Amino acid sequence: MRFGLTALVLTAAFGAGILAVLGASPLEAYRLIVIGAVGRPERVAFVLAAWAPILLCAAGLLFTFAAGLWNIGIEGQVIFGAVFATGALRALEHTGPPWITVLLAGLAAILGGGVWGLLAGALRAYGNVNEIFGGLGLNFIAGSLTVYLVLGPWARPGIASTSGTLPFPQTVWLPTLTIPPVAAPTEILLGVAAMGVAAAALRGTYFGLHLLAIGKSLRAAHLRGIPTTREVLRAFAACGGLAGLAGFVLVTGAYSRHQLFPLISGGNGFLAILVVLLAGYSAGAGILISGVFAAISMGSLQLPLAMQLDSSMGGVIQSALVLLIILLRGVQARVVHREGVSRSPL
Amino acid sequence: MILAAAVVAASPPIIFAVLGETIAEKSGVINLSLDGLLLLTAMAGFAAARAADSLLVGMATAMAVGALVGLVVAVASLALRQNQVATGFVLMLLCQNLAYVLGTPVAHVPGPQVPHSPIPLLQQVPIVGPVLFRQDALVYLSFAAAAAVWWYVFKTRPGLMLRGAGEQPAAAVARGVDVVRLRYLYAMAGGALVGLGGAAFSLAVKPGWSRPYGIEGTGWIALAIVIFGNWDPLRAVAGAYLFVLLQTLATVLQSLMPHVPTQVFPTLPFPLMILALLLVTLGNSEWTHRVLRRLPAAARRRVLRALRALEASPPAALGVPLEPRE
Amino acid sequence: MRVELRGIDKSFGPVHANDGIGLVAEAGTVHGILGENGAGKSTLMKILSGFLAPDRGEIVLDGTRVEIPSPAGAIRLGIGMLHQDPLDFPPLSVLDNFLLGSPGGLILDRRRARDALAALAAQFEFALPPDARCDDLTVGERQQLEILRLLWLGARVLILDEPTTAISAPQRSKLFAALRTMAAQGKTVFFVSHKLEEVQALCSAVTVLWHGRVAGQVSMPCETVRLVQLMFGQDLPRSHRRGIALGPPVLEAAHLTVNDARLTLEDVSLEVRAGEVIGLAGLEGNGQRLFLLACGGLTRVAGGRIRIAGRDLTGRSYRQFLAAGVAYVPAGRLGEGLIPGLTLAEHVAIAAGGPAVFVDWRAATRSAAERVGAFHIRGTPHTAVEDLSGGNQQRALLALLPDALAVLLMEHPTRGLDLESAEEIWRRLLARRTQGTAIVFASSDLDELLERSDRIVVFSGGRTAAPVDTSRATIEQLGELIGGKGM
Repeated sequence: MRFGLTALVLTAAFGAGILAVLGASPLEAYRLIVIGAVGRPERVAFVLAAWAPILLCAAGLLFTFAAGLWNIGIEGQVIFGAVFATGALRALEHTGPPWITVLLAGLAAILGGGVWGLLAGALRAYGNVNEIFGGLGLNFIAGSLTVYLVLGPWARPGIASTSGTLPFPQTVWLPTLTIPPVAAPTEILLGVAAMGVAAAALRGTYFGLHLLAIGKSLRAAHLRGIPTTREVLRAFAACGGLAGLAGFVLVTGAYSRHQLFPLISGGNGFLAILVVLLAGYSAGAGILISGVFAAISMGSLQLPLAMQLDSSMGGVIQSALVLLIILLRGVQARVVHREGVSRSPL
Repeated sequence: MILAAAVVAASPPIIFAVLGETIAEKSGVINLSLDGLLLLTAMAGFAAARAADSLLVGMATAMAVGALVGLVVAVASLALRQNQVATGFVLMLLCQNLAYVLGTPVAHVPGPQVPHSPIPLLQQVPIVGPVLFRQDALVYLSFAAAAAVWWYVFKTRPGLMLRGAGEQPAAAVARGVDVVRLRYLYAMAGGALVGLGGAAFSLAVKPGWSRPYGIEGTGWIALAIVIFGNWDPLRAVAGAYLFVLLQTLATVLQSLMPHVPTQVFPTLPFPLMILALLLVTLGNSEWTHRVLRRLPAAARRRVLRALRALEASPPAALGVPLEPRE
Repeated sequence: MRVELRGIDKSFGPVHANDGIGLVAEAGTVHGILGENGAGKSTLMKILSGFLAPDRGEIVLDGTRVEIPSPAGAIRLGIGMLHQDPLDFPPLSVLDNFLLGSPGGLILDRRRARDALAALAAQFEFALPPDARCDDLTVGERQQLEILRLLWLGARVLILDEPTTAISAPQRSKLFAALRTMAAQGKTVFFVSHKLEEVQALCSAVTVLWHGRVAGQVSMPCETVRLVQLMFGQDLPRSHRRGIALGPPVLEAAHLTVNDARLTLEDVSLEVRAGEVIGLAGLEGNGQRLFLLACGGLTRVAGGRIRIAGRDLTGRSYRQFLAAGVAYVPAGRLGEGLIPGLTLAEHVAIAAGGPAVFVDWRAATRSAAERVGAFHIRGTPHTAVEDLSGGNQQRALLALLPDALAVLLMEHPTRGLDLESAEEIWRRLLARRTQGTAIVFASSDLDELLERSDRIVVFSGGRTAAPVDTSRATIEQLGELIGGKGM
């Protein structure tokens, strides 16, 4: 990836600067992050668990970014997926074999996220509401809904608290695959598969081709006979569905909290946006960068305890890296005097 | 009237933020990082004020940080021709994360606060007095800022050039306006005002700092208010008061409906935002026109007129780069 | 102010827009600039008004040589330009539009501006409400505002670029009266137009441009025939085209009325038979594009009906028009016709469409390679379309058309292409005639229109003249129609 090295160096330097301001040792902090991510087998498992939802969201975003759309509403779609999954699990908890319950919960999550995504798309297609603000508003509604559910109808019996619903029994957790010494959560396979399928769909199906055309020029795509409105709505639904699956994984994963709680989406959607901004349409790059970001996120959880540093340091590194790459790309385009405006961010 | 006074007291941060973003967007630059920027400037303002034991230093620092981020947005968009949404979004996350990280030392600690300063004679004025003039200095400053921005945009020559540059940069250039320089200027000025908004949070309305701070999401609302306000400073200020009113009402509703969980109400003003946006942009959509055509002519005219009054049409050049002369 | 241009040269890449142009316009006159599309009128006026810098040449005002660095610089020298599309600020008020760009202090002196506006408006009998929104005004009124503004800023030379395209008849009279008044006041007015009648009525001298050069400078009165000759060049011998038997009507437009922001196409009717080639003539912006868009199902018609091969398709969706065998090839090759960033193979795949979910890339690439060969496109199936030259883009657009078409609508099929490519494009287009396709194309090249069409329909101001049979048409006749006579 272009500028990867330069940007990494600059980011490390920027991060060091921030840490220096706080009187903390950059080397120590970076060391803790790395150890926090891969130091022990359990840590690796946590990283894999964090990797999966980012992958699923990034896979979904491939569709919307291809069409030149900014699906900021992805966080809400993750939440709705988690909500629908929780609903399904609660309804079917004591009926039938657990694996069917889990499967149906997964399907419900796809439906929930898909519908929420479709709503954002409809607002844009028919109401002319910018998908950024429509998506944001829907994020807020999803958030409010979750709070209501967690403290109201789905509250833990006895103590209604924002820490979440009653945790699901282990029977409905997603399984782990033991590759010694790591007990890897299987949802990582789901994530990788989703990325592969999404990238392949973009390149191999008419749906994907249409989206790419729409992203390059809506007018020309329309003139070529592409049903632009229909494909845009489908893109939102597809992204929402995959985001919903991320929500499913966040409540049923082996290393998750096994419950629905407010802020369940945890910024995975936004992080996935950063991933796709860097990786473009390449599945390989997307998988790799998601993994690195997941590692940074998990690793920085060690910082508060050991160094009194906020775990958002990981977020600083991630967003600084993406910002620097965007800026460097711009500098290069200026120096090379090439065509300037990037309509689609990718 | 206590309600009104409370609304006025809590409004300055949002007023500064929407004023700042309005002038930036009027020149043609969107600063999507607002949500993170408010957090960063709040934290920075508080930390600086605490370190220097001076409110003025705090506010100046916050404004400087805001201007700096505004400059980054402008450079990325104008000099480097990168997508404004992408840059803004990434900056939003960066600013938020920086705020949390750099704010750790000053979380949950006491610091300087803007003192309550009732104005001697004016506060006795019946009805209006206690609401408007029994407030702190930042509130008075917010009144002044709103008036100043309005006056600047509509009554002065540079303000007219700003409006022109945002609407039709090509025509503005033809009349000798340096649109690019103007965009840099207002992106920074707008950022500085947003910074003042952040300082208004941590030094007055929501003193101190914590993680999470509690204003997360407010920046997005401010962006939406700018649209809802049709890029007009006074309409934006009205929108700001409306939002704060909704927030304050949420607390009131809370006490009236004790059986509903407390955490639900604070989140309610946010969904109302989509409804507002939907209303103002509805007039433009193709689908609306198709539906309207089925109405009888008289009704259609009335609906169209109402929609037009609500209509928000952005400064035409928002987000569009300028082409140089051949 | 006496304006003299000497040896003005301007090129845009290979296009030599202005080639050694020289003219003299005396103070106190209305000086006409006549010419076809592409003659170089706009470029020349943009140079005079500071929007473009000439490659070579001099501009002399009242005997003094000047440099004009920018539009603002031009107005400082006293030169103001009125564009065809109003270059103003639509949502701002009339008064604010009047004020913007004028020198002064920090605070706007609206009262003084209001008085000045009223005084100037009275002078020319314009009625402009100062507090109305600018986009609520008609195009004619926005023009009037701009004229007053330029005069207020001290313009002594006024350039008007095709000012009568979108204004009403009464507004036109007012405009002409105003221009005559200004000339009487000693100002110099440049009246750029293609409308012979108006130029003859208004101007005391005319410079005719042709293909970037001065074809002639004449003083009025002057015979129409002479003007047309200068504008369009001599009559060319026409190749004898083999006529083919025409089939039943495939496109019937009946009393079409189409509304656009700037222009209303009014009551246009046309019947096109299978195998026929219809040329749409007239300067750009007179309704040809609107007509093509309407026939292609791409824009809503306010009135009238469209029938394709006997079926009434008025108001139907674009996809239904496509399904009925109508194809529209826009003038904007990249960004409208072709999707920038995509390759030829990808375009072929999109064109193939189909109910299948997966794209058969091998078949698409093969098909693309076939077309590249058949249409002599200099590129490969994997070339991105923006990397193709203009001629090859046009070939690609033709190559992507479905085989059996009822109606082919084209905008400027050979614009910017060399003779060889143009010849080749037309060979293919005419080959489609034998399959029963009707071709309707808009062009500003009169030679092309005469050479290729069976009938020509001239558009002017949103209206059409009766179709002219090409075998019996003359350049003079067409020139007059294009110039707006007899509409």
